[in-house]
Amino acid sequence: MAQIASLTLYHNDEARPIIDAIIADNPGIRVMNIPGAVKLDCDGSLTVNRSSVEARLGRSWEPQELQLVLISMAGNLDEDDDHFTLSWRH
Amino acid sequence: MTAKKLGLKQRYAHMTRGLDWETTYQPMDKVFPYDTFEGIKIRDWSQWEDPFRLTMDAYWKFQAEKERKLYAVLDAFAQNNGQTNLSDGRYVNVVKLFLTGISPEEYQAHRGFAFAGRHLRGVGPRVAAQMQSLDELRHVQTQIHTISHYNKYFDGIGEFPHMHDRVWYLSVPKSFFDDARTAGPFEYMIAIGFAFEYLLTNLLFVPFMSGAAYNGDMSTVTFGFSAQSDESRHMTLGIEVIKFLLEQHPDNLPIVQKWVDKWFWRGHRMLGLVAMMMDYMLPKKVMSWKEAWDIYFTEAGGSLFQDLARYGLKVPKYADVATAEAEHISHQNWAVFYQYTHAAAFHTWMPDKEHLDWLSEKYPNTFDKYYRPRWEMWAQMEKDGKRFYNMALPQLCNTCQIPMAYTEPGDPTTIAFRESRFNGDTYHFCSDGCKDIFDGEPEKFAQSWLPVHQIFQGACGGPTVPDVLNWYRLNNGADNLDYVGSPDEKLWNQWMAGAVKAAG
Repeated sequence: MAQIASLTLYHNDEARPIIDAIIADNPGIRVMNIPGAVKLDCDGSLTVNRSSVEARLGRSWEPQELQLVLISMAGNLDEDDDHFTLSWRH
Repeated sequence: MTAKKLGLKQRYAHMTRGLDWETTYQPMDKVFPYDTFEGIKIRDWSQWEDPFRLTMDAYWKFQAEKERKLYAVLDAFAQNNGQTNLSDGRYVNVVKLFLTGISPEEYQAHRGFAFAGRHLRGVGPRVAAQMQSLDELRHVQTQIHTISHYNKYFDGIGEFPHMHDRVWYLSVPKSFFDDARTAGPFEYMIAIGFAFEYLLTNLLFVPFMSGAAYNGDMSTVTFGFSAQSDESRHMTLGIEVIKFLLEQHPDNLPIVQKWVDKWFWRGHRMLGLVAMMMDYMLPKKVMSWKEAWDIYFTEAGGSLFQDLARYGLKVPKYADVATAEAEHISHQNWAVFYQYTHAAAFHTWMPDKEHLDWLSEKYPNTFDKYYRPRWEMWAQMEKDGKRFYNMALPQLCNTCQIPMAYTEPGDPTTIAFRESRFNGDTYHFCSDGCKDIFDGEPEKFAQSWLPVHQIFQGACGGPTVPDVLNWYRLNNGADNLDYVGSPDEKLWNQWMAGAVKAAG
């Protein structure tokens, strides 16, 4: 069975550019809409890139700000100044 | 020229390491008396990692922002009488069960993480446990603030802290946290940090809060998702705890496996209440409990345990039984509450035709065969003026404290009974999972405060149902019984009639 890296985010205006960036940067991503929230699933790993979010948001953005719209996640987290990555790799 | 800014990882290292010191006036073992007796061996506390790399200054910044957003919504909800925009008056019973059954556990979690933060001698986990302790306090406060608005209009929530310590079904979550908080700090971290937060909390908050959003409860979904944004950090702490313990020493594996087995099963039993909320109590449904279980336990838990297999950790014992029970548990729990509605601080009802059809569709293997006929019979009895109440006090499982209503694995028409002998007494259990837990710590579980036993011993206000309800501070005739005919229903119908009239 494929190990699934997953992020669940608010479905609101603040999260939308982040959701768009994730969908653009993670080929093969699966999107599940539930009321109020979006669950994004990827086999193996899933990355949020700072530059991608900033390009859509039109302002500077730190990956730590993800915490403001985060509902849930699955995978081992690697976070730095330019990315927020969930994966089952070691 | 300005100095180059430190990166996140360097900043975290500078702000969280070297905060501790070797004590000199007293030996370290006296300052930290509780982190050795459980048998866990730690070689190097500095190997602890917090992948969020959250420092205290950033923590305050983000938490303040979350609070500002949350209170803006709560204010708007109250100002605009958001309670009148719910999908149906029945929905509020979900909120009642949440405030009486879950919110007090947030407070227990606050206390537990404060204890763990004090008593683990590594600085990394202490910082993380301190943040989580503050988070949990925030959760209980925001939940009380949010639901206090409903308390202005609806019954059953005004005495929630008092009820939490006394009411029979609330002893299920209460005893869960009492058990965790009376364990050592490592077991507590595995119990709440790993088994509850990582494996099971998604099942509580994600589909359930999405359900709140779908049923027009803007305030509950907002505190729910605001809390859940902290939970992501807690989940990460939980997974770090287990990896850290398993990497530190091979002798830790059997101890950790035993805790994972125990707390998975205890959590599964407690979440049966959530299963019932999702399948029976949300007027507009998001997903069934079975669907939520498949996504959040089978799929997400499967990925996790595949990862942890490299340490030799196995999928929790009886995970297969729990997965099979996902097709039964909500129905069996709703049956219990329907029969004992006179002793519960929320309302019950039999599902209508549309709801029954939804259940048949979501539970094709079990609902039509085992549960629908019983619901139809009870609905008929209601029509005939013979509404069924069970007036006998139920036998309780000595571990999970739930009435013994669950069925044998593979045989949904036979109630499961297990028992153990300890110091000359017989103890009863609903399942192999609960019996194993007792057998592992009989000295602890022989002391369980079982609500039915306490009633029979005369410790709960008197021998009759009204005596006990009075002792619970449960307002007989308003807080309890069916939704149909309740003051809640009357008020809701007035609001709806007013809305129709206003619309002309």
